[in-house]
Amino acid sequence: MKNIIQHINKAFDHRIRLGIMSVLMVNESADFTTLKELLGVTDGNLASHTKALETEDYISIEKQFIGRKPNTSYRATPLGKAAFKEHINALEKLIQKS
Amino acid sequence: METKDYLKDIQDIKEMMSKSSQFISLSGLSGILAGVYALVGAWIAYKTIYFDTSTMGNYKHLVISQEAVYKLLVIAAMVVILSLATGLFLSIRKAKKNNETVWNSAAKRLFINFMIPMVTGGFFILFLIEKEMLGLVAPLTLLFYGLACVNASKYTLGSVRYLGITMIVLGLLSTWFLGYGLLFWAIGFGFCHILYGSVMYFKYERK
Repeated sequence: MKNIIQHINKAFDHRIRLGIMSVLMVNESADFTTLKELLGVTDGNLASHTKALETEDYISIEKQFIGRKPNTSYRATPLGKAAFKEHINALEKLIQKS
Repeated sequence: METKDYLKDIQDIKEMMSKSSQFISLSGLSGILAGVYALVGAWIAYKTIYFDTSTMGNYKHLVISQEAVYKLLVIAAMVVILSLATGLFLSIRKAKKNNETVWNSAAKRLFINFMIPMVTGGFFILFLIEKEMLGLVAPLTLLFYGLACVNASKYTLGSVRYLGITMIVLGLLSTWFLGYGLLFWAIGFGFCHILYGSVMYFKYERK
């Protein structure tokens, strides 16, 4: 049991961060507005959670201009994908155990 | 730590994955209506072919006048435009009801992957008409439409895949039984749309 809990990743222990990673697992990349609409969160809230995931090196941020509008897009890093898979596996095991 | 929370986590993950990668606002009702338009179109086309041309009877010796070809093209274009407009209108309505944006990245992917086989087929068929090889037009519309549906199905509701496969089978059958193109056309674009539209409607929309 102890062993499994070790694999539960603290970085993903939040609904919004879980959501961001889920979107980025199945999409090559997603921009700020797309994520905001999908998750139904405010700008500030999303920004702080993407920042947290970025510090862990789980997602990478790319800023560019589309026309004159700044556009921020996010993608999951290989490290982030691996960590997220491990997290899901741990969740599944936890459910099976009980 | 309660297990309930983890179960909820997994459900959230699953929901977010499909919501972000699939266009789920596709309306089943629009499929049903598209089928109705197609049946009406097929009926008018039938009238045009068999009552406006001088040769009656056997398909293989059927000579379609230039005028009738244009009339058929107009009918086909009308059916396509009406169907697309209905599909767009009802999908926008459904998306609004579900609090989703219509033109999201999933919708874009759906559109692009649907249009690649459709545009290819469209040009191919137009060139065939230009070269007066009309026999294969009906089977080819079914085949290309079927391929477009199968290709697009990864990005939307699963039923679209089966609609596509049915269309491909009908397209091949109608190539074999050449001459019954209009009949297969009515079965495919008419009845199959109504059938799969109803399946989608009852499966996803009536809750």
